Amino acid sequence: MEIEAAKMIGAGLAAISLAGAGVGIGIIFGNYLSGAMRNPSAAQKQFPNLLLGFALAEATGLFGLVVALIILFAF
Amino acid sequence: MATNPMQQFSVHRIGPEIKLAGIDLSFTNASLFMAISAISIFVLFFLGTKEKKIIPSKIQLISEIFYNFIAKMISDTAGSKAKPYFPFIFCLFTFVLFCNMIGMIPYSFTVTSHIIVTLLLAVFIFIAVTVIGFIKHGFGYLKLFVPSGVPALLLPLITVIEIISYLSRPVSLSVRLFANMMAGHTMLKVFGGFVISLGLLGGWLPLSFSVALTGLEILVAFLQAYVFAILTCIYLNDALNLHH
Repeated sequence: MEIEAAKMIGAGLAAISLAGAGVGIGIIFGNYLSGAMRNPSAAQKQFPNLLLGFALAEATGLFGLVVALIILFAF
Repeated sequence: MATNPMQQFSVHRIGPEIKLAGIDLSFTNASLFMAISAISIFVLFFLGTKEKKIIPSKIQLISEIFYNFIAKMISDTAGSKAKPYFPFIFCLFTFVLFCNMIGMIPYSFTVTSHIIVTLLLAVFIFIAVTVIGFIKHGFGYLKLFVPSGVPALLLPLITVIEIISYLSRPVSLSVRLFANMMAGHTMLKVFGGFVISLGLLGGWLPLSFSVALTGLEILVAFLQAYVFAILTCIYLNDALNLHH
């Protein structure tokens, strides 16, 4: 296999990590909503934590993007 | 015409070339936008604190919101012992926030989308936190790597994991900010390219999507600055209040 083609395949495979980020963000927002429905008075206080969790989960998926970029451009 | 979505991240020289001992110190567009954000922070807080009234003007209100936001974040996450580090966290947060936000203006340059900028900030934080920890606790700071209440059989494994996670802090802190900014801006430009290539008939769908993405990116620009500052507070908390 040509190295150029292998690079493209590798970069594409690295993008699969975004699926994990999607699952993580879904879990965070879903659990926040179910918690907020049960106890709406406590929901407002936990909103910063929700955003923090969202940002952390999203960033984990983006590490995969960095791997893809390293494969494409650094080698 | 710039057709590559990565074109926006290119650093080019503005003005004369300056070389000092083989190192290129020329003024680039990256340094220009870094200077713009630093000056706008200075102007905002200079005007905000010039007239200290009981009924604040709008600009004073903005500075007070910034102050209260950071002060509350530090006291919530790192406790009262972290009060002396307030100026540092404040500078860090406002600098990252302004760099991110100024990058959202079309045709501008996002400083934080370059890993060298974020890695420098993160390595500085990492070294500073380690030094503070060793000054405050001496060699007792190494207890951070040995959590209490762990079975003796698992302890060597846990210690190795703790050390690796401690050492990977600067990498994860910097790559998080850099990857978010870079991915977001690339995505915006890719959708901008779809608008052109689909033309007048089909271009409306990616255009409306692009508007929504800009909103998301502004949220992410704020959130990443917040996460960067709050993780710095959490690391400081580890160094100041040794729990283990």
